[in-house]
Amino acid sequence: EPFGLGRAALPEEIAAWNLDVSPDGTGLPPGSGSVADGEELFSDRCAVCHGEFAEGVDNWPKLAGGMDTLNRKDPLKTVGSYWPYLSTVWDYAHRSMPFGNAQTLSADETYAIVAYIIYSNDLVDDDFVLSNENFLEVEMPNADGFIVDDRETVEYPEFSKPACMENCKESVEITAHATVLDVTPNDPNDDAPAAEAPATDAPAEEAAAPAAEAATEVAAAAPAEVDPALVAAGETVFKKCKACHKIGEGAKHATGPSLNGVVGRKAGGADGFKYSPAMIAAGEGGMVWDHETIGAYLKDPKGFVPKNKMSFAGLKKDDDVAAVLAYIEATGQ
Amino acid sequence: GPDPLITEVQPWATGFGDGVDATPYGLPIKYEADVVRRNVGWLTADVISSINFTPIHALEGTITPQGCAFERHHSGAIEMRKEDYRLMIHGLVDRPLVFTYEDLERFPRVNQTYFLECAANSGMEWAGAQLNGVQFTQGMIHNMEYTGVTLRTLLEEAGVQTAGKWVYVEGADASSNGRSIPIEKALDDCLIAFKANGEALRKEHGYPVRLCVPGWEGNMWVKWLRRIEVMEGPVESREETSKYTDTLEDGTSRKWTWVMDAKSVITSPSPQMPIKHGNGPLVITGLAWSGRGAITKVDVSLDGGKNWKEARLANPGQPMALTRFYLDINWQGEEMLLQARATDDTGYVQPTKDQLRAIRGENSVYHNNAIQTWWVKSNGEAENVEVS
Repeated sequence: EPFGLGRAALPEEIAAWNLDVSPDGTGLPPGSGSVADGEELFSDRCAVCHGEFAEGVDNWPKLAGGMDTLNRKDPLKTVGSYWPYLSTVWDYAHRSMPFGNAQTLSADETYAIVAYIIYSNDLVDDDFVLSNENFLEVEMPNADGFIVDDRETVEYPEFSKPACMENCKESVEITAHATVLDVTPNDPNDDAPAAEAPATDAPAEEAAAPAAEAATEVAAAAPAEVDPALVAAGETVFKKCKACHKIGEGAKHATGPSLNGVVGRKAGGADGFKYSPAMIAAGEGGMVWDHETIGAYLKDPKGFVPKNKMSFAGLKKDDDVAAVLAYIEATGQ
Repeated sequence: GPDPLITEVQPWATGFGDGVDATPYGLPIKYEADVVRRNVGWLTADVISSINFTPIHALEGTITPQGCAFERHHSGAIEMRKEDYRLMIHGLVDRPLVFTYEDLERFPRVNQTYFLECAANSGMEWAGAQLNGVQFTQGMIHNMEYTGVTLRTLLEEAGVQTAGKWVYVEGADASSNGRSIPIEKALDDCLIAFKANGEALRKEHGYPVRLCVPGWEGNMWVKWLRRIEVMEGPVESREETSKYTDTLEDGTSRKWTWVMDAKSVITSPSPQMPIKHGNGPLVITGLAWSGRGAITKVDVSLDGGKNWKEARLANPGQPMALTRFYLDINWQGEEMLLQARATDDTGYVQPTKDQLRAIRGENSVYHNNAIQTWWVKSNGEAENVEVS
């Protein structure tokens, strides 16, 4: 009766792809990782988007916090406050993370990172070591917070009554207008947001983001003096930029242009990067990226170059601006 | 006076147009350049893991061209050659198997038209009218004619064991997007598709092979499908626990909310499609669909839901596919509060926003199938509003 098509899947082929982990722990490989090791790994591999304390950078997912917010307006859904199974965290980190570099974490590294994430949610102590042995002992706060879809019994009877066709209500008043919020992109070919902020729940991930765009191409001009401490501080601050901007040897354009050689270049001048019309116009108007212009731009991207597409709110502290500048100059040759 | 477009010889009536080799694969004429997918920048952190919207305001009929059908990726649209494609079935089966793309082409084939709607379609409207255009409020949807092999055929080829109650389906891209589907649905109407609207799937729709899960939320329609594992229970993956679950007012959340409820929306007139022709004959048109079955009736209200008229269905509703409806009126510049309301063959009637909120609150994010209102002003412009 079978068509006899296909061939037998070999055990090693099944093992290579069959990586999913179920709530009862099926699929977990032997291994372990500590909160301490996880903290270091998380800082290196995850903090760019998720923050040093799993608190989330900009609109990348927040992994910690939000306890007891699920019944409030705009609940904060994190691993601690929402996820019902620890297996999901391990499985997702191991198969799908880090973003843009998936399937590079070893089993032990994954245990360590998951240990750190649950530590960040105050679910375990700082000396905790997570392993396949004790995996099921971790209690997830929202484990009992889910019910199976009950629309068939709760909603269907209500929504399958005969529809009213005439004089269905006394009066009709407009109670809300979309134009009040004005978050609609207005120009079909303009990918810049029409307004600053998201209003409520975004569908899939969370909401807005750091996108970025800045400068240009190589110009050399090595800084006369380099303050290693300032450069190091800048490297930390640069994590806010890193999701979109690459810098250093071989850095390519990403969401934002490569920052190699940005100092001394015309605005909107990096070859091969698609800038907003606003940024191109700024460059054509004679704007060149130097200490002053980069500094002003970093403090208030939207104010300094209106309608450019870098959706980064800006660095509030002058010290952070100076540090990032030092780091860009030192690294982006 | 006489129209010079008629009385004077126009250049197109004198000279040549393009030869047959100008565009071996054609694109829309330049005058239609605004009929494109659009992204809402603030919605997601990165375009690599994001969504855009079908320009349903500007399309007609029911088939969505692949090139403007909305995209949702979790790790970008990958490029995979057919030669590099492998599909594995394993788990609780008698014969764990690996298929190549060519193998799939040798199984008996079916053709079916289905809508695919993202569970988050209209999700931004839970807390109030937000986005001013049907492309943004209801545009996470497309409708294509798929060609492929039924999932049942492949499961039977592998031989599902009696302990197998679920299948876990997984994509080949870096997001490893995977969803658990009950075996009953897997054996019922799921389709392993390799063509859409007559041609190969576009890259952004999962070339060379995607899964179709008719009537169920789009996230389950795994693209670049590489693995089907027959299991005893669900995996409870990230996309079926932390996402695509619906939080109710009291803080508990519904899970496994797979079915897309009946829904309809007027695509024109609408905020992106104002009435520009003045008084007189006006075509009101829109789309209706239901994940439970076929659309049997669409009602249209011009006065915000006080009174309703039955619209004309362009064709009888088909199960889990878009239905086009029309209401032809004589418009005399009066303000209108336009609404559409769908009924499907199970008797389910599309609810109002207030009805949904009364049961679910405003934090569901997903599965908002509420009636949409457009306020059409006397100048023909329209706005997304909510009414009492």
